[in-house]
Amino acid sequence: MTAHRQRKRVIVALAGAPNTGKSTVFNALTGLRQHVGNWPGKTVEKKSGICRRDGKIFSVVDLPGSYSLGANSTEEEIARDFLARERPDVVVAIVDASSLERNLYLVCELLQLGLPTVVALNMMDVARSGGLEVDAAALETTLGIPVVPMVARDGQGISPLLEAIETVADEERRTPIAGPRLGDDIEALVARLDVLLPADLDLPYPRRWTLVKLLEGDPSVRRSLKAALPADAWERIREVLHVHEQAMLEIASSRYDWAAEAYRRAVSRPRGESISLGERADRLLTHPLGGLIAFAVMVFGIYWLMFSLGAPLQRWLNDNVVARSADALEGALRGWPDWSTSLLTHGLIGGAGLVLTFIPILAVLFLALAILEDVGYMARAAFVMDRFMHLIGLRGQSFLPLFLGWGCNVPAIMGSRIVESRAARLTTILVAPLVPCAARMVVIALFAAAFFGGAAILVSWSMVMMNLAVLALAALLISRFIFRGQESSFVMELPRYHTPNIRTVLLATGERVRRFVMLAGTVILVMSLTVWALSTFPSDDVEYSALGFIGRGLAPIGGLMGLDWRMMVALLTSFVAKEQTIATLGVILGTGERANGALKTELTSIMAPAAAVSFIALQMLFVPCVSSLAAIRQETRSWRWTGFAVGYMLMISFVVAIVIYQAARLFGLGV
Amino acid sequence: MRTDDRVVPLGTLRPGESGNIVDLSGGRAFVSRCLALGCTPGTQVTMERNAGRGPIIIAVRGTRLALGRGESMRLQVRKHEPKA
Repeated sequence: MTAHRQRKRVIVALAGAPNTGKSTVFNALTGLRQHVGNWPGKTVEKKSGICRRDGKIFSVVDLPGSYSLGANSTEEEIARDFLARERPDVVVAIVDASSLERNLYLVCELLQLGLPTVVALNMMDVARSGGLEVDAAALETTLGIPVVPMVARDGQGISPLLEAIETVADEERRTPIAGPRLGDDIEALVARLDVLLPADLDLPYPRRWTLVKLLEGDPSVRRSLKAALPADAWERIREVLHVHEQAMLEIASSRYDWAAEAYRRAVSRPRGESISLGERADRLLTHPLGGLIAFAVMVFGIYWLMFSLGAPLQRWLNDNVVARSADALEGALRGWPDWSTSLLTHGLIGGAGLVLTFIPILAVLFLALAILEDVGYMARAAFVMDRFMHLIGLRGQSFLPLFLGWGCNVPAIMGSRIVESRAARLTTILVAPLVPCAARMVVIALFAAAFFGGAAILVSWSMVMMNLAVLALAALLISRFIFRGQESSFVMELPRYHTPNIRTVLLATGERVRRFVMLAGTVILVMSLTVWALSTFPSDDVEYSALGFIGRGLAPIGGLMGLDWRMMVALLTSFVAKEQTIATLGVILGTGERANGALKTELTSIMAPAAAVSFIALQMLFVPCVSSLAAIRQETRSWRWTGFAVGYMLMISFVVAIVIYQAARLFGLGV
Repeated sequence: MRTDDRVVPLGTLRPGESGNIVDLSGGRAFVSRCLALGCTPGTQVTMERNAGRGPIIIAVRGTRLALGRGESMRLQVRKHEPKA
């Protein structure tokens, strides 16, 4: 940041609640000159960009959506810390004119933090159509800061906003604004605490603001102050805070009093009813039964799009790009050592290259999600599913990402970002690999058909049910025991519906696809090369490779499940991609990779039905595939949680498979 | 203030009924989130959807909020007299 200042760059921070059109304003200001990354140490997206005007350069930072500076979520904490510590030159508060009063709460907090603020009064059209006439000039007079009316979706108001930013940035640094007062009782309390706090204490935040946050019971401010103060000084402050625990209610009330007053002065004539809250769409979409049906239809629609648009493209890429480039490479590398050809064709193209062919399917999915998000539907989906998710210790927000796991677990893990609380998000990520993905269904289909003929569907169905039961149990145990006492509460805004903004939607989709490509190009690449090396050295005959060796080592455990070393090797290679099991069996059993009929016959000759069931169960519950693991690592930013996911799934899969096989033996079924 | 038997948990209001928030209880994070979203003491809320189980939807300060069933029982409201 300091480097920027030296070059006389003006730092502009965009702050605002979710669903206020903040991204749209950001995109309009920065165009494509933007950079997307993560906030240091967090999985929250950090978007920053450059905006030029009259030869001046503005560095625009898009802060995560937040309703207040109360640090109630990771997003709010990031926004709060950036504002309070980095102190940007100008803060643009993006305000939804159609829910002005609620949005002014954040403006009040920004002013109390003493930041030079411009209000971008967005969605003027939505307010007007809802019967609200917001007088921007009156609001400006009341607030004492520039207010720019906007319809960012149509590009209206961007230029005046820039002008206002420039004016505020140019102003001499005034004496810090005190911001709206907090009511006499609270002001008296603040004064009392001020005496107790050593005058020379070096604080990371402004002094008065720190005191107010203390009274609000802010955990991180409390922690930092407790650490900075001698024990007795902290004790005196703590006593005051303890007596005035209710202060947080009064502080919030006084901010809202201020907001309500400004609202009264600016909103000249609410016509008839305040605003059409009971939107017609929600009569259906949040209905306990109708909402479920609508949601099911919508999810079905997404699947239909994924498989009718994405899947053919994927097959085309696979046949024409992946297979052909592998063939071409093989031809071009004739005369090179065998292992180098194998490295490039099987390791590189067969591993990471294969993963990349999933881009069309994922792009369709990400696009559909971005549209639903932008329209404002996500909160409704969470609402109708909350009842069910609550039963397994999760909340409504987790349903959608988990559900998307049916196609492939990777988008489920990456989609867990929409879950707000850390505990719930981690739980969602950790159980997502238990959703039976399409690749596993391919393996089940082969085994069930080979061993159970007419009962194949029943067997497949019970396996899916088993996975869902294990998922429910795992979610319940993880949220009850590992994240005990961190149960997330379900309090969520239902934003107004909007027509989606094409640019916002496309940028969001592009960004998610880019993340997936990065993932495939880094972690997935390294991991698939490792697995390739294990199956190629010291001998390129899988049986005598390192992998084969490990498979033989696992034979004793395999014995408990009725499986010989070949099955264990096949299982291990499912780590690359779940459907890899079939290819491996084809190689080891010498039936070729594509001859399904021969493979089925061979399988029934080497194992009993009981062992087949135990193998399917094992395959269904086994550790996440390489791509999923890479996604888990990326989203949790922790090898510990990634290791935990591997560990607990390994354990469950072995236990379940052993129990199934031993029970079958005990009762003499299918052995 | 008349009798206090009109102070009831928010989750017991039927759709269309309204009241003023009297008190919020629960964890600090929960209370803080509610306050930020406009549910301060004294504020008028109107029940929009309440199926008797599962989450509810309320209208408050010109916006709509969804609350879990458990959460909705932690807000106490003074119920308004039904309109004659």
